[in-house]
Amino acid sequence: MDRRKSIQTILLGAGASAAAFYGCTMGSEAPEIPALEKTNFFGRTPEELERLEKLNAEQLFDAHEMETIGVLSTVILPPRAPHGGPIEAEVPEFIEFMGKDIPELELTLLGGLMWLDHKCNTEFGTEFKSATLEQQQAICDQICWHNPDVPLEEQALEIQFFVLMRNLVVCGYYTSKVGIADLGYKGNMPNIWNGVPQDVLDQHGVAYDPEWIAKCVDQSKRNIAAEWDEDGNLLT
Amino acid sequence: MQIIENGTVYDVIIVGSGAGGGMATKILADAGFKVAVVEAGPFFDPADPKTMTQLKWPYESPRRGANTDRAFGEWDMSWGDWEVEGEPYTHAEGTNFMWWRSRMLGGRTNHWGRISLRFGPKDFKGKTRDGYGEDWPIGYEDIKPYYDKLDKLIGVFGTKEGLENDPDGFFLPPPKPRLHELFYINGARKTGIPVIPSRMSMLTKRINKDRGVCFYCGQCSRSCSVYADFSAGSCLIFPAQKNGGQVDLFVNCMVREVTTNEEGKATGVSYIHKEDRKEYKLKGKVVVLAASACSSARILLNSKSKQHPNGLGNSSDLVGRYLLDSTGASAAGFIPGLMNRKVTYNEDGVGGMHVYSPWWGDNSKLDFPRGYHIEVWGGMRQPNYGFGFNVNDFNRFFGLKVGGYGDRLREDVKKYYGSVIGFGGRGEGIARKENYCEIDPTTVDRYGIPVLRFNYKWSDLEIKQAKHMQDTFEELIHNMGGHLLGEKPGKDQQYGLLAPGQIIHEVGTTRMGDDPKTSVTNKYQQLHDVDNVFITDAGPFVSQADKNCTWTILALSWRASDYIIEQLKQLNI
Repeated sequence: MDRRKSIQTILLGAGASAAAFYGCTMGSEAPEIPALEKTNFFGRTPEELERLEKLNAEQLFDAHEMETIGVLSTVILPPRAPHGGPIEAEVPEFIEFMGKDIPELELTLLGGLMWLDHKCNTEFGTEFKSATLEQQQAICDQICWHNPDVPLEEQALEIQFFVLMRNLVVCGYYTSKVGIADLGYKGNMPNIWNGVPQDVLDQHGVAYDPEWIAKCVDQSKRNIAAEWDEDGNLLT
Repeated sequence: MQIIENGTVYDVIIVGSGAGGGMATKILADAGFKVAVVEAGPFFDPADPKTMTQLKWPYESPRRGANTDRAFGEWDMSWGDWEVEGEPYTHAEGTNFMWWRSRMLGGRTNHWGRISLRFGPKDFKGKTRDGYGEDWPIGYEDIKPYYDKLDKLIGVFGTKEGLENDPDGFFLPPPKPRLHELFYINGARKTGIPVIPSRMSMLTKRINKDRGVCFYCGQCSRSCSVYADFSAGSCLIFPAQKNGGQVDLFVNCMVREVTTNEEGKATGVSYIHKEDRKEYKLKGKVVVLAASACSSARILLNSKSKQHPNGLGNSSDLVGRYLLDSTGASAAGFIPGLMNRKVTYNEDGVGGMHVYSPWWGDNSKLDFPRGYHIEVWGGMRQPNYGFGFNVNDFNRFFGLKVGGYGDRLREDVKKYYGSVIGFGGRGEGIARKENYCEIDPTTVDRYGIPVLRFNYKWSDLEIKQAKHMQDTFEELIHNMGGHLLGEKPGKDQQYGLLAPGQIIHEVGTTRMGDDPKTSVTNKYQQLHDVDNVFITDAGPFVSQADKNCTWTILALSWRASDYIIEQLKQLNI
């Protein structure tokens, strides 16, 4: 399904539910949809593209390290149906890219991976990626609780490593297609904002002030050109 | 190398294509004048799919929106930020100024916050009001007709509130508040802080057939591909061209200086073309500088000649002086009442806040002059790089352990999604002669043009204002039943007062006035020393206000352009 079509499909869905909720027909007031073209460079300038290509050509982790990152990622955030997990979200690739893009991360990532194998070999006689889930968890249990009251840079490398990995895994997952579906984020779509749904207002114990709302946009008139009287009162 | 001369003589050469340059282009081209627009960056059209970032998803980028290449994140539509490659600026020791430059057609208007506030009557008469700074040579009544026309030409939403120093305009209707904004309204009212619908230049309603209507993606910082927000290219320069205007765009052209003749009058500009690195000359009857307050000052100071040995328009020695940025401080809070949100709906809304607080204080009871407004952010926003970091940090507010791993992290993410609210205070400092930019004689950019050196320090007045902001934010968060995030910055950190320049509201440097000894331009933004050179960026501002500067740049540029038309027609210049 191409991108444009998918937006239209979702938009129709959103418009339909909004119309049902507000009890008015909004079909003729559908927002305009920008012409989206399939591009491979998400609006990059030539200089930015050049830098991306350079980073993509570099290799930070070897095959073993990439596999270890993949295994650790799924321990940190196990996959769950229907939205998969870090592998479906391409988290290992994301982590490798960030390690190159932000060079300050490199040492913590590389050093932490070495620590992980060393610890696992010492305790269980096997490298981390080949250990059983119980053994992997036994290692993680020792480093997954940082002290939130002490600056992170003052805590042990393996603690810093785990915080960084957890941050990158959770971020990588929830900024992916499957992760955004898991989160349920409904935005980044043309739509017509017409306020917080009543059940949400009720849940959080707030209400709209009728006087305030009376001044807000009447979305059924959004396409009628604005005209004012000489005192600035909107006539249309 | 020879300088290459263009045979055309333009009626007006406009340097810069942002708010000030874009408006001058529109008004002067519509009046039938032949106009050259010289822009230091490349051509940019928000509708071009090749450069568009609007509606992109984080996973379309390998860095998921991180700010490695663009300081405000990689979707931000600004080519150039605090640094521009090959175009440095320097600082006098012990001072600071952060200078944002967008090298592209439309300049910084492509990514700005679209907060479009009129200055009020008091804002033009600061010295009369409290003794600090200087009064403007004009008042609100001089600019009001232009604000009115501007509202209708460009479109701004808001509501009529009848506030003395926050004048009403010709508003489009505002969007309804989001959930966190309802919490903010309730929290602010407990303390007696006013909250009103924000005033921003996005089209919540159609104004003409050339521009689209907002479709609520919340991404105005990415520049709107259907032109539903204000950018100088899409809303001023393109319409001027479409209207049959004689507008020649010179992009990737970095102006070096204004050229002058034996009588000391301007004859045009010389510029370096960034692609072939050759120097060119353009001839014009009038030169309008709108390159940004600091860039225009730089051009003037670099335009030295026998007739203008101290730089053009600088007989007062004040070019570059009275540089001023808005004050700024921020805070964020975790609001338990906003936890466990239903994600059944899209609340992107317009880009930025739907509500804000105009300044409410009584300075007679405060230890600083002038004031600030409060901007609000929050909500269920698009996840990008940084989302999910310290995923369950807020556990500590419930006596729960922070950290761990496993399936429960998914619940943590959802439990806390959209539960943070943030504030930005944006206020007015005092313009001082001691805060200035000048030419650094030791440094040039890659085009061989001497660069700026900044000298800027905040005073106690601005620091005290920042303290007031922090105390206010803490109280607001408390009123909302929330917890302040991070340490409240103390005196040793100037109460979190952001660095000069960081709010990206550079004004001053060529201030207007009636006396050529104490000002650079007259009240029509015409150089006292050279009658065919005008400044239509924020350089002529005598002071800031507790408002953003763009709407006033636009109104004043329109006013100055009307004056140029009149003077050209009367053959006075």
